[in-house]
Amino acid sequence: MSLQLDFPAVLERWPSLLGGAALTLELAFFATVLGALFGTLAAVGRSSQSSLIAGACKVYVESIRNTPLLVQIFLVYFGLASLGLKLSAFTVAVAALTINVGAYTAEIMRAGFEAIPRGQIEAAEGLALSRLQIYWHIILLPAIEKVYPALTSQFVLLMLASSVCSQISAEELTAVANYIQSDTYRAFEAYIIVAVLYIALSLVMRAGFWGLGLVLFPRRRRLGTPL
Amino acid sequence: MQQSTPSPEPIVSLRDVQKSFGPLRVLDGVSFAVERGEVLAMIGRSGSGKSTALRCIDRFEKVDGGEIVVCGHRVDRPDVDLRALRQDVGIVFQSYNLFPHLTIEQNITLAPCAVKGMATSQAKDLARKVLAQVGLEEKLLAYPEQLSGGQQQRAAIARSLAMQPKVMLFDEVTSALDPELTAEVLRVIEQLAADGMTMVMVTHEMGFAKGIADRIVFMHRGKVHETGPASILTSPTTPELTQFVGTGNLKS
Ligand SMILES: Nc1ncnc2c1ncn2[C@@H]1O[C@H](COP(=O)(O)OP(=O)(O)O)[C@@H](O)[C@H]1O
Ligand SMILES: [Mg+2]
Repeated sequence: MSLQLDFPAVLERWPSLLGGAALTLELAFFATVLGALFGTLAAVGRSSQSSLIAGACKVYVESIRNTPLLVQIFLVYFGLASLGLKLSAFTVAVAALTINVGAYTAEIMRAGFEAIPRGQIEAAEGLALSRLQIYWHIILLPAIEKVYPALTSQFVLLMLASSVCSQISAEELTAVANYIQSDTYRAFEAYIIVAVLYIALSLVMRAGFWGLGLVLFPRRRRLGTPL
Repeated sequence: MQQSTPSPEPIVSLRDVQKSFGPLRVLDGVSFAVERGEVLAMIGRSGSGKSTALRCIDRFEKVDGGEIVVCGHRVDRPDVDLRALRQDVGIVFQSYNLFPHLTIEQNITLAPCAVKGMATSQAKDLARKVLAQVGLEEKLLAYPEQLSGGQQQRAAIARSLAMQPKVMLFDEVTSALDPELTAEVLRVIEQLAADGMTMVMVTHEMGFAKGIADRIVFMHRGKVHETGPASILTSPTTPELTQFVGTGNLKS
């Protein structure tokens, strides 16, 4: 038996492939930005003095981390539909991915917050800074810096996991592959090409995070300490 | 309440302060007062309650009983205005606690800008001024990790000074430093005293305390066991202080 690969049959669909890759990157971008915000707030909330807020954040984080992403996506999709909300597949996908990655971000950021020495906070309190100012000026950036590699991996993972959004017919990269292979009967070739495209997208994201790190942590740049 | 007019009221006063951590009674009726321009040195064995007493003044610990008045603020009351209190009080810790992600200049300008709403350019001038006071002008743009321990501690003092506090609290600020670096930090504190700053300092440097302090408070088992002018270090009356200064602590 010989293996015959016909890449051109798939590659001639390059506009759809590029479109799919672009949509995947877009999904990842919005879910990363929103999820980072959402997750950081949830991490702050978990150390809230109000046990209601702390409890709610814990329930959110634990229920997301213990259910499959695909089920979460369906819950958002059918949940919003049963409320009579007609949203695009893209919006639903961003919402579901945000909720998902927010929970993981919350856990990572919590570790970051806990790594800030107590003395730093006391010094800031002694300078009469408010709680909010302390979070903003003293805790946030060093906390992010401490967990930056973990955050980067989590968001790259999110981009890869967004492939299950093909299930609600968001036209992202995997969905494009699905329908090219059913058109051309070139399944293996289609998924090889898509896999390569995912690797390229991962590299793009990692480069993006590396660049962002240079902006966020000027001390690292000045002193030449790698993350 | 108006505090800017000179008053006969002490800057800091503690009356019968009680504080326990669980079953452990750490402060057992502590009273002392610090007048404007005075330097009070708190000494005593490890675990005698010195840090706790100091932290109560800036309300890092809540007292269980007694009265603390600092620059007119009733610190023992639950409704004390913490941010107003902490603008009047500067505190420096043993572990300098500079903010590692900010330059020395940013460490210093942060609170004046964020808390007092000072303009950036004015805050930068202030940073230069307080750094000159501690002899670190050239470190303006350095990051904390680029400084020696003594330099970091001096920068931490400068950071506190930039808030123009009415009283400074020092908790064993030289304990983490070797003798040479200790000396450079002590010189800064000496200069502050000469400039008339009101200070409460916990210290193990007996010779230094003797030279600089207007009043000594010797803490023992959560109580002010003996207090008086610096001369009590050379002629103590209680056996505990006699033993404490006798154990090689008194160097000058
Ligand atoms: N936050 C705390 N919780 C429980 N015990 C404490 C706490 N802070 C201090 N202590 C205890 O109180 C006692 C006095 O401590 P401290 O005021 O730090 O003494 P000093 O500064 O004189 O060495 C010690 O026995 C210490 O272990
Ligand atoms: Mg102590």
